[in-house]
Amino acid sequence: MLRRVSDGPDMTGACVRIAEADFPAPFASGLEYSSPARGTWNIVHTGMLIPEAHEIFVCAAGCLRGVVLTAAEMNAMDRFSTVAVREHNLLDGDMEELVIEGVTDILRKLPKLPPAVLVYTSCVHHFTGCDLDYIYGELRSRFPAVDFTDCYMNPIMRKSGLTPDQLMRARLYDLLKPRQIDPKAVAIIGNDLPTRENSDLMRFLRSRDFRVHEITSCETYAQYQRMAESAYYISYYPAAAAGGDILEKRLGGRHIYVPFSFDYDEIEAGFRTLTEVLGVEAPEFAGKREQCNKALEDALALIGDTPIAIDYTYSPRPLGLALLLLDAGFRVERVYLDSISGEERPAFDALRERYPDLTLYPTVHSKMRFHSSKAKTGFLAVGQKAAHFTNTDNFVNVVEGGGMFGYEAILDTLEHMKDAYLHEKDMRSLVQIKGLGCECCL
Amino acid sequence: MKQTARIISTYSADVFGVCSALFELGGMTIMHDASGCNSTYSTHDEPRWYDVDSMVYISAISELEAIMGDDEKLIGDICAAAKDLHPRFIAIAGTPIPTMIGFDFSAVASLIEQRTGIPTFGFPTTGMNTYVHGASMALRGIADRFVVPGQKQENAVNVLGLTPLDFSVNGADRSICAFLEAEGFSVNSRWAMGADLDELSRAGRASVNLVVSGAGFGAAQSMKERFGIPYVVGLPIGGKQSKLLSQMLRQAQESGDDRILHADGADASVAVIGEGITSLALANAIALENGRPARVLCATECPAGILRPCDAMTPDEDDITAALRGVDTVIADPMYRPICPQDAVFISLPTEAFSGRIYRARIPDLISDPQSILKEVL
Repeated sequence: MLRRVSDGPDMTGACVRIAEADFPAPFASGLEYSSPARGTWNIVHTGMLIPEAHEIFVCAAGCLRGVVLTAAEMNAMDRFSTVAVREHNLLDGDMEELVIEGVTDILRKLPKLPPAVLVYTSCVHHFTGCDLDYIYGELRSRFPAVDFTDCYMNPIMRKSGLTPDQLMRARLYDLLKPRQIDPKAVAIIGNDLPTRENSDLMRFLRSRDFRVHEITSCETYAQYQRMAESAYYISYYPAAAAGGDILEKRLGGRHIYVPFSFDYDEIEAGFRTLTEVLGVEAPEFAGKREQCNKALEDALALIGDTPIAIDYTYSPRPLGLALLLLDAGFRVERVYLDSISGEERPAFDALRERYPDLTLYPTVHSKMRFHSSKAKTGFLAVGQKAAHFTNTDNFVNVVEGGGMFGYEAILDTLEHMKDAYLHEKDMRSLVQIKGLGCECCL
Repeated sequence: MKQTARIISTYSADVFGVCSALFELGGMTIMHDASGCNSTYSTHDEPRWYDVDSMVYISAISELEAIMGDDEKLIGDICAAAKDLHPRFIAIAGTPIPTMIGFDFSAVASLIEQRTGIPTFGFPTTGMNTYVHGASMALRGIADRFVVPGQKQENAVNVLGLTPLDFSVNGADRSICAFLEAEGFSVNSRWAMGADLDELSRAGRASVNLVVSGAGFGAAQSMKERFGIPYVVGLPIGGKQSKLLSQMLRQAQESGDDRILHADGADASVAVIGEGITSLALANAIALENGRPARVLCATECPAGILRPCDAMTPDEDDITAALRGVDTVIADPMYRPICPQDAVFISLPTEAFSGRIYRARIPDLISDPQSILKEVL
């Protein structure tokens, strides 16, 4: 007997006009709900980007459950193993032995040794003061042909230093070994999804004869290692930037962070930075603003006053996108986000001033359990969570920026929106797939 | 080596068992966890998540709160949410972090109950046991707290241990009830699929309990202790077993003795891997219907007295690998296949508790269609 328990509470406290919203935390913290939208990547998906690497998670069963089935759903169980931490390990003080012997046992059972192993320890290791240096030292001495790196599944540290997402994106490049640097090689780093060949960034680099490395296109561990020849590491996804700084210190190339943006001036400023650092000819942007303006007009002519909802999983700039669309005359009514990044402060301020009725909704607030519309709505959603909460099949099914960058991100977004307006998708099925863009057995 | 898994999955954990058991009862369940538990549970362990607005949340505990022992943040957050959402009860379930910091579940539950006036449980799960442990603990909590004494009704049966983790959402729960009604019993309460808290609170009127999985064992013990209701352990898989189960239910309600069906499993070359009670019922069916002894390799917790001497507790991959030597037929979740003998016949029997949603469409209702598996056992 499946039925809805309730029609739900009023949403006071779980939505706010942007005019009254606090920055950077518009909603009080409390118990957290989890929406069924699952398209963003997790640490299993991201770690699997290192070709031929094997992941070993060492955690309690409850923590293993989600990562095991992530690997299974992406058909990667042959590259994934686990060591279960049990209660006696907390009491016996044998955590180091458990990790060392567990990893050793698994590696000896594999058909062949992988070139790289990502060992994920967890909150329990952090809280028990586990000696990770000893563990990795011992593992490296036992398996000298294997490159080990330390990865973490410790979400309790999400408010302390680097977030698990930032840390994972940084760890992707920890296995790169120094090699001769090629001044004409660049690495785009920290992305789960490949940078689109039609993006302004890729065209800029290719047209200036740079060899572009990106982990998403590496098929072998040897190819992955060639990323280390890069003289420049370019990141544009905010969570990737910390990894770029770490890489710069370790390998000696130069890290350039060029933020993803929907703002014309910021896009061009980013390319000016690139031009200066790379010492190459500046790109030609004549006509780009007009092209985007025309695309906005065309999209508006089609979409009209259809209400629009945007969420933070679509891109790192949900407020920036809302501002772009509202300025162009679109009817953006809702933005779903739980916090506002520092990079979004200018857009936040502009929206407060010019569109004070724009409403912000959280995604994890306890009342959001009851927010999802029971009937289909007429919203056009940009992002999976917005699609779920507004219960619409007209939605843009893209996560984490989708590899878009520059003016092309604006043009591509508008094309996605037009397509979503014209063609319904099976939202319920699509948003529940984990790691959009990964292989999936469902 | 114990505790390692080269390639197989991991069973749903105790904390998720609590959530699953309580999901339909109108309460608010909080996993005291930093992050991740709720997405894991809602994605892989809870097929009802999309359609039923059950109040299952995480506490989102931070490093600072854990180190400083700031329970007040949790208490305040729960009280605030309860004020908005009006749950019928509140349940807090633990994960590794509260285990390590010595979180006092009963004290916090008591404080919350005092502040909200809402019955509150503290279930000291650790995230390190399987769902059977947690679900059993949760249903026992409900039985201890909410079931009231009632006038015994002859042939009234409580079905204990129904969760999608063992029975998915393919109608198996309803098939069990249909079997009971066809045998002249009335279903007094269903723990806890298709029922609400009011239905469960009337469980004291039953004359006998039917424990259909390990998740129901705690509630069975509670009602045995409090009301003297005897229990029968088993599932109506196959015609012969169903008839025997029906007889055992009548015998139990008359004698007051607990009962379990143990078919002969000696010298078995058929192995059933999975949860103890459901696997035993399938092994019984294979013995009774196919004439082949079958043994259980129990990969979850299992109460004492359920398994036979021929069966084995095999919580780890190496245990199972060793126990499968010499076996010619294996019935198990598809995610066990890589460690099964190459020359053995593998019969796929997915369960949500092991492979989550991956094979949901292929999970059979063994009560109404036992031949979906039995016909494969030659």
